[in-house]
Amino acid sequence: MADFDRESMLDMFTFEMGQLLEQLEQILIRSEAGYSQEEINEIFRIMHTIKGSSAMMMLNGISTAAHSVEDLFYYLREESPRDLDYRRLTDVVLAGTDFIKEELAKIESGAPADGDCEGVVSRIKRHLAEIKRQNGAVDSPEAGNRNPEAGPADNGPGRYAYRVFFSDGCEMENIRAYTLVHNLEELAGGISHVPEDLLDESAVGAIRKNGFWLSFTSKRDFNDIRNLLETTPFIREIDAEGAAGPYGGAVAGRADEEPAPRAAAQPPGGVRAESAGKKPQADADKYPPETAAEAAEKKSAAHHVISVNVSKLDQLLNLMGELVISEAMVTQNSELDGLELDSFHKETRQLRKIINDLQETVMSMRMVPLSTTFFKMHRIVRDMCRQLGKDVQLEVVGEETEVDKNIIEHISDPIMHIIRNSVDHGIEMPDVRQRLGKNPKGSVVLEAKNTGGDVLIIIRDDGAGLDRDKILEKARNNGLLRKPESEYTEREIQQFIFLPGFSTNDTVTSYSGRGVGMDVVSTNLEYVGGYVSVESTPGEGSVFTLKIPLTLAIIEGMTIKMGGAKYTIPIVSISTSFKVTPETEVFSDPDGNEMVSVRGDIYNIVRLSEFFGLETSVTDLRDGILIMLENGDQTVCLFADELVGQQQVVVKSIPKYFKKVRGISGCTLLGNGEISLIIDVAGFFDK
Amino acid sequence: MADSGEAYGVSEPETSDTVKDRYLTFYIDSEQYGIEISDVQTLISMTAITKIPDNPDYVEGIINLRGEIIGVLDIRKRFQKPPKEYDELTCIIVIAYGGLTLGLIVDSVNEVITIAEDSIVPPPSAKLNSYNRFIRNIANVEGGVKLLLDLERLLARE
Repeated sequence: MADFDRESMLDMFTFEMGQLLEQLEQILIRSEAGYSQEEINEIFRIMHTIKGSSAMMMLNGISTAAHSVEDLFYYLREESPRDLDYRRLTDVVLAGTDFIKEELAKIESGAPADGDCEGVVSRIKRHLAEIKRQNGAVDSPEAGNRNPEAGPADNGPGRYAYRVFFSDGCEMENIRAYTLVHNLEELAGGISHVPEDLLDESAVGAIRKNGFWLSFTSKRDFNDIRNLLETTPFIREIDAEGAAGPYGGAVAGRADEEPAPRAAAQPPGGVRAESAGKKPQADADKYPPETAAEAAEKKSAAHHVISVNVSKLDQLLNLMGELVISEAMVTQNSELDGLELDSFHKETRQLRKIINDLQETVMSMRMVPLSTTFFKMHRIVRDMCRQLGKDVQLEVVGEETEVDKNIIEHISDPIMHIIRNSVDHGIEMPDVRQRLGKNPKGSVVLEAKNTGGDVLIIIRDDGAGLDRDKILEKARNNGLLRKPESEYTEREIQQFIFLPGFSTNDTVTSYSGRGVGMDVVSTNLEYVGGYVSVESTPGEGSVFTLKIPLTLAIIEGMTIKMGGAKYTIPIVSISTSFKVTPETEVFSDPDGNEMVSVRGDIYNIVRLSEFFGLETSVTDLRDGILIMLENGDQTVCLFADELVGQQQVVVKSIPKYFKKVRGISGCTLLGNGEISLIIDVAGFFDK
Repeated sequence: MADSGEAYGVSEPETSDTVKDRYLTFYIDSEQYGIEISDVQTLISMTAITKIPDNPDYVEGIINLRGEIIGVLDIRKRFQKPPKEYDELTCIIVIAYGGLTLGLIVDSVNEVITIAEDSIVPPPSAKLNSYNRFIRNIANVEGGVKLLLDLERLLARE
């Protein structure tokens, strides 16, 4: 039971951490040119949360790393140092977040989070020390000691100091003190305390003997602080008198090697009290007074969003599917045939409408904006630029476009591979670009847009474009050419790059060139029923287009009949259907492949019955129907017995007992309970 | 999941008591076969089966079992017996075994009986008929010999 609890807590923890880190990284990369005060506050807040949660989960590595970043941003927030090297700062902070990410990955895979945070932490601390030096942060000791209980004279933060005694025999004094400090962090900054290391067992004895010395700054009313202290369980005594005395001694001696808050706290009641007195205006800017309305809005926004386990959403979707089928079974029940049912039909129309609305709502709950996936790419581009010495600007357009959650999981990798490919192979080095008369800063545009039932993701770069000759050569060497070279169109040659093991980069870099990647793109996209195409102009760049369906679960389908069975073809794949008339030109080649000419273009005919090896009584092309199917830029005409009708169908998978059948992607239940196999149009084109 | 199982734990021993040594018997031609009742989910009458291309002939296809899509095997064809027209006695036994839910088409269902452990013997070691390999044990009880199926082998794909 205990294990179960920890498991689910860990799940929640890693989920939240992941979100926070993502948010953080977005801020970092967006504002690499310089942070606004608001962003600094936000980063500080995120790090603070990470620190608190990870400490609660006893993940000391993460907690310590987060703490050091928090310290860094505390200094930035409080002191607003000028002339910061934001790029370096971002590097340092990203190193910190990377460490945390690695640890989280370990936790997710069930391994202990045993990474050593020492390297990262000391790097961050060094950086902080450097900033301080640059900023001349010699906080001159100031004698003026505020009355610790007096509270702030203005809206700026005031310094408080307390000595806290816990009740005798309450045990775990160090943890209680730690919790107190953590709770206090909500209200206060620059917290320092004696004993310093609360996670060390020896702290217990020290607290029992001398009490817990606490010093911090806060802009909150002292009643709030007092209230917090008094409501903390197991506190026997709160002593405000003389708290500053021993405290100063404990800290002052080590100020030089201490991170910001503690250094700033030297001597007790010093810096913050000073700044509170001297620059109230500046402080007011840092803490913009929140109007009541704003505060209320923030609060209510937080309550408008809840997180739901994906499995529940999946279940809801399944039930939704059942409902759609059930409704059809009831309203199209054969026992109703021939009955006069005016009001029944009216009511069923209403039912149908409600079910439609419900279905839309359920589907919309599963829709996730592409923004998270897209913003991850900033980091990839940035890191690659740093390593390859390139200068690339990634522009993101239409990131608010929403796609079903299941699909997002499958397109994140393809997008990443294409972007890597664009930055690594596409965009030239800055000097080369300059020589070519291009802007030395390369540009990659990542765009998403809705087109009916599909989402298009377009990745456009202004690099060198695909090298036709290189691709052809590689294709020749790998024995991929199936017809004379001269017969290949520009487009066909470009599509070669999506074949497994195809890379034209001469040198293997850590990003690409191993020949894996682009084939992952097409496999992943095929899985979700999408496809990828590329268009490239030498010297001007390449455009990759990913076409993905909005959702996998419920599709608009055309049901057809063949033999005794029904099949459903996704409407998006059908371009047209037509009857063969005496005027239609149908002919076959010596191998018996049938072809049809439609408005001057010749298409192959695939007989569904032959393709699946099933029998049908309709063998004459004139008795059945031809359905023109498109997959990417390929087209084929499918021959079936007849069209049944168009309807929304719920996609179900074929039981796993059956092996994957080419040309079938799943099945669905029709209104009368009959099963219809869903045709996988891409299957007709595989060679 | 384990938790909820414990919460309703009262029914556990009861079920295992009622299904212990209980077998569902069915006919293929004149022979009687048995499946442990604990593997049987439900019985349904013959229904429309949707063929799935590219599968062995004994894999009949899929059916809609109250909204759930399950695969169906024809036991006659699996045993390589001559085909027989489906009739009103033809029945689909839905089994849940090894994480799979599958329907087995049989000539007709007979009854649910208790077979004591001591009346069960292993099949003769000489495997003369090809379908012998699907028989795990033989039960010699009143009302005739029952051939107890080895579902593992029956469901294995070759």
